[in-house]
Amino acid sequence: MTNERSVPDKAQRSSGTAATTSPWAIELRKINKRFGPVWANRDIDLKVRRGTIHGIVGENGAGKSTLMSILYGFYTADSGEIFVNGQLARITDSRHALALGIGMVHQHFMLVDNFSILENVVLGAEDSPLLASSLAKARKELKRLADEYSLHVDPDAIVEDVSVGQQQRVEILKALYRGADTLILDEPTGVLTPEEADDLFRVLGVLREQGKTVILITHKLREIMAITDTVSVMRQGQMVTTMPTRETSPEQLAEAMVGRRVLLRVQKGAAHPGTPLLEVNDLVVEDDLGVTRVKGVSFSVRAGEIVGIAGVAGNGQSELLEAISGMRAPESGSVAVSGRPVSFHGDDGAARLRGARLAHVPEDRQRMGLVTQFEEWENSILGYQDDPAYGKGAILDIAAAQAEAAARMQKFDVRPANPRLRTANFSGGNQQKIVLAREMERNPDVLVVGQPTRGVDIGAIEFIHNQIVKMRDAGKAILLVSVELDEIRSLSDRILVMFDGHIVGEADPATATEGELGLMMAGIEGNAAVAATMTATEEKRP
Amino acid sequence: MSARRPLPRWADVALLPLLNLLLALIVSGIVIAIIGQNPFEAIRIMAYGAFGYGEGIGFTLHFAADFIFTGLAVAVAAHAGLFNIGAEGQAYIASLGAFFVGYFLDGTNWILVLPLAVVAAAAVGALWAFIPGYLQAKRGSHVVISTIMFNFIASAIMVYLLNYVLKPKGIQDPSTVNLLGAARLPQLRQFFSFFGYAPLNVTAIFAVLALIFCYVLIWHTKLGFAMRTMGHNPTASRYAGISNSRLIMIVMAISGALAGLVAVNEVLGVQNKIVLDFTSGYGFVGIAVALMGRNHPVGIALAAILFGALYQGGLELQFEMPAITRDMIVVIQALVIMFTGAMEGLLRPGLENAFMLYLPRQKADAVARETVGTEG
Repeated sequence: MTNERSVPDKAQRSSGTAATTSPWAIELRKINKRFGPVWANRDIDLKVRRGTIHGIVGENGAGKSTLMSILYGFYTADSGEIFVNGQLARITDSRHALALGIGMVHQHFMLVDNFSILENVVLGAEDSPLLASSLAKARKELKRLADEYSLHVDPDAIVEDVSVGQQQRVEILKALYRGADTLILDEPTGVLTPEEADDLFRVLGVLREQGKTVILITHKLREIMAITDTVSVMRQGQMVTTMPTRETSPEQLAEAMVGRRVLLRVQKGAAHPGTPLLEVNDLVVEDDLGVTRVKGVSFSVRAGEIVGIAGVAGNGQSELLEAISGMRAPESGSVAVSGRPVSFHGDDGAARLRGARLAHVPEDRQRMGLVTQFEEWENSILGYQDDPAYGKGAILDIAAAQAEAAARMQKFDVRPANPRLRTANFSGGNQQKIVLAREMERNPDVLVVGQPTRGVDIGAIEFIHNQIVKMRDAGKAILLVSVELDEIRSLSDRILVMFDGHIVGEADPATATEGELGLMMAGIEGNAAVAATMTATEEKRP
Repeated sequence: MSARRPLPRWADVALLPLLNLLLALIVSGIVIAIIGQNPFEAIRIMAYGAFGYGEGIGFTLHFAADFIFTGLAVAVAAHAGLFNIGAEGQAYIASLGAFFVGYFLDGTNWILVLPLAVVAAAAVGALWAFIPGYLQAKRGSHVVISTIMFNFIASAIMVYLLNYVLKPKGIQDPSTVNLLGAARLPQLRQFFSFFGYAPLNVTAIFAVLALIFCYVLIWHTKLGFAMRTMGHNPTASRYAGISNSRLIMIVMAISGALAGLVAVNEVLGVQNKIVLDFTSGYGFVGIAVALMGRNHPVGIALAAILFGALYQGGLELQFEMPAITRDMIVVIQALVIMFTGAMEGLLRPGLENAFMLYLPRQKADAVARETVGTEG
């Protein structure tokens, strides 16, 4: 590097020199890990410089998590060497890793919900049998860490009372408290609002300035571009490339991940909305515990448009979806499909809604949309098992069902295309395709889709998005619920924002910025630009 | 990823049950040795008694028919995720259906009595199981609890009826009148002298039919599909538009109907009357049979024959080795039920580890199954 390039964002590129000159914090040489015939990691070399943020991207099953598990001591490599700060290290369990200054922040937090933040930080790292002295020491240390890395938390707050973003800070503090110099973060933004994600990146920036090393595992290329200094791409257990982030582009990374060119933006023309096919009026829904989660929601979805519902997970979207699809009887309000109101009597409402030509791709395919123990063809008829196409009368026409399943697997490129294979053995993306194929191939009038690409790889995301747009162009009404704001923005023709059980605003995806949507998702109103696009009739406030 | 790999199918359905059985026999042998008898001699007597000669085989198959009915009752419910512990009570109370058909049609022909008795016993058994099903579906009381309670209720009702209502005057035993006409179902020994005096009767044909019926029901009908969906994942069945509450009631009724067929076999096939406690634990053995048979009709048939042999061999042992009392036989039977039923998973972790260690190909296959293909 001849001279320092002019970088627009000082905070994000302040470590330009560290990225090229500082010593290696972590060095992995020729790491191999096999599970039977599958090479989870094959001859992996990885070098991470101290004081940098190093991104690792790759599809599901590319071997990222295995590699990090080897570094953190969950697995032992079959062969290969790990150097920490230039020293050869044998890491056989996570306590070793911690002793070497390697800390990990898991995707799913490992916190005790009814403990205070301070207690959670101390848990497992107490240095005397009596708690009081450990807590007093930890309180002081926590204060110091908070000041040094601007990671401020209230040490006496109970974990379950604080936001998800705060909980993540606790996880980071836990690692730092245990003396971590290198932090591994596994998909850290999956559960965060855009503001919380920005906040996290700011914290990571501070950590880098203070000389800490961060390894960031993610599938969101935008995050890689925004925050990392160096990026490594993995594919099918191998390290494809490592390069400085500034010398690459999202398109180039996506191509390296998938092995072919990928369109990152959804290609779609203008919507031509027709008559309303799904009408929801003043719907109130309670969850299993009797807590009101949907508090009077009204909207409609017209033929030929995609309406996206944005919101942070847990603001009533799930209950709304379940009510609309007939799985959960609402307390009050009504749902009409193609102008006809739906009855919620009994516990087979889902069958009536299918009868009204409403198809439902559920948010959680493994819990709801599939029986993972079934063979694929059985899931291919789930929900439509009483259709005469699968046998007249009581006997199931297995041959017909299997033939149809095989044809659908071809059409939706489900791999492997074997309808006799147990569903649990398909990857997440292929499982999602199985559900989508089943619901879309019924040619419904209304398609209700929850989290269509959760846990799905880039290559499959492109396919799924295209299928959804194709349905829209065929004149179907599509309701899309997703916590991925990018997905909502790129697919939707209209965006409704849900917060605390209410629809707090409507936005035009063409004009609304991420910041504006983020504010609405956080329940903060008063943004003039957004307010202008809100439709007064569809806004329900308490 | 650190989860153990599942066993290959043959090991799961054959090796593991056999190992469990072996373990039960070893422990039984130790018990027999402790009371000063020769365990090998005991096993020889049991095996000979169960399979060594025609009459023994006849008894074994007769018991097996009972266990097939109760085993299928448990298995059908299990496929829908329901644990029917009430086969005992359902079979007991169903005897009323079988008995009254026999009582009123005693003057006709067994060809008429048999199908009607089967229908009546099945109907009464179904009703007795339907009530716990209804209570779970509509009122949220779990069938495990309510079917246990219903066993006691059935038992109490039958004690009352046999002592105060159905007992003819001038008889001491708590039992009904003897049915001596058409309600006496033909014994297979009437056609095959091979079976000696064994009580194997035409009801055994219904055991075979029930096996076929259950196979078709579970894997080849839409109802069976709905049952299995609910059994694996009740949320998914709700998503699929299946009324779980209705299905629970239907499945419990089918399960009770199967258990009810025990009454035809025992009341019209052997005793020719209802006697107190004629079910003698067959309903509970059905749980072990279903577990050991992996809820599959073929497995249930084999497990039922095994338990039939155990019952018959036990009777023979009691006769041949006087030191081994009736109670000791119950201990041996209980050990087998315990090792193959309640503690069925005892050896599983060890066996899975053994397969992981010694069969690398097995390991490779298991991993391949779990990590199929790449994204398209």
